[in-house]
Amino acid sequence: MTVETQPKTGVRPTTEYRVSLDSKTPAGPIEQRWDKHKFDMKLVNPANRRKYTVIVVGSGLAGGAAAATLGEQGYNVKCFCYQDSPRRAHSIAAQGGINAAKNYRNDGDSIYRLFYDTVKGGDFRARESNVYRLAQVSVNIIDQCVAQGVPFAREYGGLLDNRSFGGAQVSRTFYARGQTGQQLLLGAYQALSRQIAAGKVAMFPRNEMLDLVVINGRARGIITRDMTTGKIERHLGDAVVLATGGYGNVFYLSTNAKGCNTTAIWRAHRKGAFFGNPCFTQIHPTCIPVHGDYQSKLTLMSESLRNDGRIWVPKNPGDSRSADKIPEDERDYFLERKYPSFGNLVPRDVASRNAKTVCDEGRGVGPGGLGVYLDFADSIKRLGRKTIEERYGNLFDMYARITAEDPYKQPMRIYPAIHYTMGGLWVDYNLQSTIPGLFVAGEANFSDHGANRLGASALMQGLADGYFVLPYTLADYLAQAPLDKVSTDHESFRETESDVTGRIQHLLSIKGKRTVDSFHRELGQIMWDECGMARNEQGLKKALQRIPELKAEYWENVCVLGANEEVNQSLEKAGRVADFFELAELMCLDALQRSESCGGHFREESQTPEGEAQRDDANFSYVAAWEFSGDTSKPILNKEPLNFEYVHPTQRSYK
Amino acid sequence: MGMGMKLTLRVWRQKNRMSPGRFATYNVDASPDMSFLEMLDVLNEDLIMKGEDPVAFDHDCREGICGTCGLMINGVAHGPEQTTTCQLHMRSFKDGDEITIEPWRAKPFPVLKDLMVDRGSFDRVIQSGGYISVSTGSAPEANATPVPKDFADKSMDAAACIGCGACVAACPNASAMLFGGAKIAHLGFLPQGQAERSQRVLKMVEKMDEEGFGSCTNIGECSAVCPKEISLDVIARMNRDLIWASLTKGGEKERSSGGG
Repeated sequence: MTVETQPKTGVRPTTEYRVSLDSKTPAGPIEQRWDKHKFDMKLVNPANRRKYTVIVVGSGLAGGAAAATLGEQGYNVKCFCYQDSPRRAHSIAAQGGINAAKNYRNDGDSIYRLFYDTVKGGDFRARESNVYRLAQVSVNIIDQCVAQGVPFAREYGGLLDNRSFGGAQVSRTFYARGQTGQQLLLGAYQALSRQIAAGKVAMFPRNEMLDLVVINGRARGIITRDMTTGKIERHLGDAVVLATGGYGNVFYLSTNAKGCNTTAIWRAHRKGAFFGNPCFTQIHPTCIPVHGDYQSKLTLMSESLRNDGRIWVPKNPGDSRSADKIPEDERDYFLERKYPSFGNLVPRDVASRNAKTVCDEGRGVGPGGLGVYLDFADSIKRLGRKTIEERYGNLFDMYARITAEDPYKQPMRIYPAIHYTMGGLWVDYNLQSTIPGLFVAGEANFSDHGANRLGASALMQGLADGYFVLPYTLADYLAQAPLDKVSTDHESFRETESDVTGRIQHLLSIKGKRTVDSFHRELGQIMWDECGMARNEQGLKKALQRIPELKAEYWENVCVLGANEEVNQSLEKAGRVADFFELAELMCLDALQRSESCGGHFREESQTPEGEAQRDDANFSYVAAWEFSGDTSKPILNKEPLNFEYVHPTQRSYK
Repeated sequence: MGMGMKLTLRVWRQKNRMSPGRFATYNVDASPDMSFLEMLDVLNEDLIMKGEDPVAFDHDCREGICGTCGLMINGVAHGPEQTTTCQLHMRSFKDGDEITIEPWRAKPFPVLKDLMVDRGSFDRVIQSGGYISVSTGSAPEANATPVPKDFADKSMDAAACIGCGACVAACPNASAMLFGGAKIAHLGFLPQGQAERSQRVLKMVEKMDEEGFGSCTNIGECSAVCPKEISLDVIARMNRDLIWASLTKGGEKERSSGGG
C-alpha cells in the first residue's frame, strides 16, 4: 500500500490509499480476451461438481440465471430470496427491453458498437474489458431466452422484432410488450424450477441473508432469517454469490420494489468487500410525482412519452393557476429554450436536473410544487387524439388510474425519481469481490455501466452475469481454491450468528417513539436533497453531519414491536434501514470526493459555462473502491485506474 | 392536511398458521389519492404508535407486476377494479364506507399471518413441468425457428399471468386451472414448447390435484377478477391438451413411433 499523491482539485475527506486492486483483466486484443480467458480458466470435472455447494442470494435475472445454470452443470445450489417466490424478484418490473448486438435489422449494429455505446453512455467510468464481454454474450442471451419460451415480440414473418430505445441509433432492443423484465424473469424462474424439481437447487423463499461468514479469508457461508418463523440459520458453501439488486431505496421513495435493500451487500462490505462507486445513481425523468406524505413508492412511465409531449412550467414563480388558464407567453418550455437541437429529448440526467432547477425556483406545478408539465395538447392538435392513443394509450390509462386526471384533457405532471444504482460491490473481471469466494452479479455489483446506464442494458447485464459469466468464473475459483474442511460449527459461524441475533435483540429492545418508516422517510429526504440529482460540497457536508445524528437517534428511539420468532415486517424493515444509514454516509463521502461531474453524478462545482456536466479525466478516471475500516474510523478510498485503449473519452453535448 | 375520508375497516387478524383468526375493527383516515396499500400503511403506522401489532400483508413492487399483493376486499379478490390490490386507489370507495379485508381463502394457500398466505403450491405446480427443458448454452440461433406472430401474441397473452392467486381465491372450488392453463398455453403456443407439451399437461394437472386445488366447473370468476385478464380459453386449451395426452399415453410414444 502506498499513500497516493494529492490530486489538484476536490475535497479529501479521508485517507486514501492505492492498493493493488487487480482487476484480473486478460491481456491481448479486446475481441479475444474473453475467449482466451475462458480457455485459460480451470474447469471442474463433471463428476466432481456434486461435491461443491454454491450459495446464491437473490433470484432475479442474475441470481435466478446463475442458480439454474450452476444446477444444470451439476453443482449443488442453495438459492435464497426474501420474496415468497423466486418469480417475484424486482427484475420483473423492467418494462422497455433488452439490448443485444444481433444486427437483425442490418442497420450497422455490431458487438463493437454496443460496446462503444455502453462505454460512452457510461461517461467513461466503466472497465472496457467487462463491457466488451457484455456486448459479446448479449447475442447468446437472446438465443437462450427464445429457447426457454420467452414470447418476444415478432414481425409478421415470424422473426424477432426490434426497436430503437433510449436514443440509440440502431434498433437492437428486443422486447415483450411492456413487460420484458417479467418475461425474462419467468424464463429464468422456469429454468430454476426445473433444477429445483431435479433436486439440484434447494430454494429458500422468505429467507433473508443477514450476514456473510468468512473463514480463513474466504466467503464460506451466510446467516439467514426465516421470515415466517424467525429462525436464524447457518448455511455453509464453497462459494457465495450475491445477486441482491440495487440500493435505490436508500432514498425511501424510488421506483424499486418496497423490499429492495442493501443488507446483503452492505454486510459483505463490512466483512471486507470493497464498495465501488456508491454515489453513482440513476434518476429517471418521467415518473408520476409525489402526491402526499403517505406516498410509499414512485411509478415510472416510459420515457418514450417525451417524443410527443412538451415539457413546461409557468414563467413566474408561485403561479397557481391551472394549466389551461396560463397563456402561451407565460409558459416556459425550458428544455426547448435551453437545448434547441435536442429539446425535450435530452438525456435522462439532463432532463431530470433541469426539472429540479425550475422547481427549486418555485415554478414547479402540482401538490408541493414538485412537478413539471408534460403537455400533449400540441401533439393531439397536430396528430389527432387517435394517434396519441395508439402510441401511449396504456401509459395514459396508468397515469389516469393513479392520479385521477385525464392526460388527454390536461397536461401530465411528471417528476424525476431514483431508478437504478450503477454503484455496488467492486468486482474483478471474474465478478469476484475483494473477498475470495464472494462473487457479485447484476445490479448488486458496480461493473458495467460506469456513471450512467443506458436503457435496456440492465436486463442484459443481469442475464449475462448469471447465464454466461459466473458459471465459468466460479468453476475456475472452485477448481483452485484451497477450501478447508469446515462445518457450521466453526467459530466464525458461531460469532457471526451471535452478531446477527444480538442486532435483532437490540432493535427489539429499543422500544422508542418513532416508527422505522418515519426514520427511513427522513433519511430518504436528506439523501434526495443533498445526494440526489445535483450535489455540492456544502450540501454533502451537511448530509454527512445530519446522517450520523439521525442514525444515533434511530438506535435510541426506533419502535419495533413484537418478537423475532414470528412474521415481523417491522423487524425486517428495521434491519434494512439500519444498513441504509451506513450506506448513505458512504454515498455522500463518495460524492464528496468525486468533485467532477460524470453521468448521473452532477457536482454543481464542476460544470461547463453553459451549465452542463464537466468531467475531469485527469483526476477522476478511476473506480472509487471503498474499504470498510470499522464503525468508528473513516472508510478507506482505494482506486482502480481506468484505461481507455479503444473508446477515447470525449465530452457530451446536447445543445 | 385533512385526509378527506373516514373509513371503518374489518380486518382478518390471525397470529400464525396454527392459531384461529378473527376480525378486528379499525377506523382509519384516508385520502382518495392513496393506493389501498398506502391506506393500510397509514393504519399500521397508527397501530405501531399505539403499541399494537401492525397488520401483516404481502406486497412488493406496488406497480401491479410482481404478483405479491392480494387481498379479498369486500369479498372480491383484489377489490372492485379488476386490477392488483396495489393499483387499487381509495377513490374507488366513499367516505364512511366499511371495508372488509381478508386473506386469500383456499386450502392450498395456508394463512401465515393476518392477510399473508403461503402460495408455495403455485411454485410446486411450475416445478412439476411448467418449463421448457433447455440448459444454458444449448440454444440454437434465436431466429432459426420463426413463430407466427399470432401465436407469439397469444403466448404472450397467457404469459402475462403474475401468479398472484386471485383466480384460486375467487373460485368456489379453489381451482388453479386458470393459473396452470396460462402456463400451459404460454408454452404450448410456441414451437419450442411442443416436445414436452403432453407430458407437461399431465404432470401439472396431477400436481394441481395433489396440492389440493379443486376442479373447474366453468364459473368464470377466476378470469373476471384476473388483473391481467387471462382468458378462460386457456382452460379449454388445457383440457384439449389433457385429453390428447391421455389418449396418446403422454403423446411422446405416438410421436416417436410416427417417424418410423
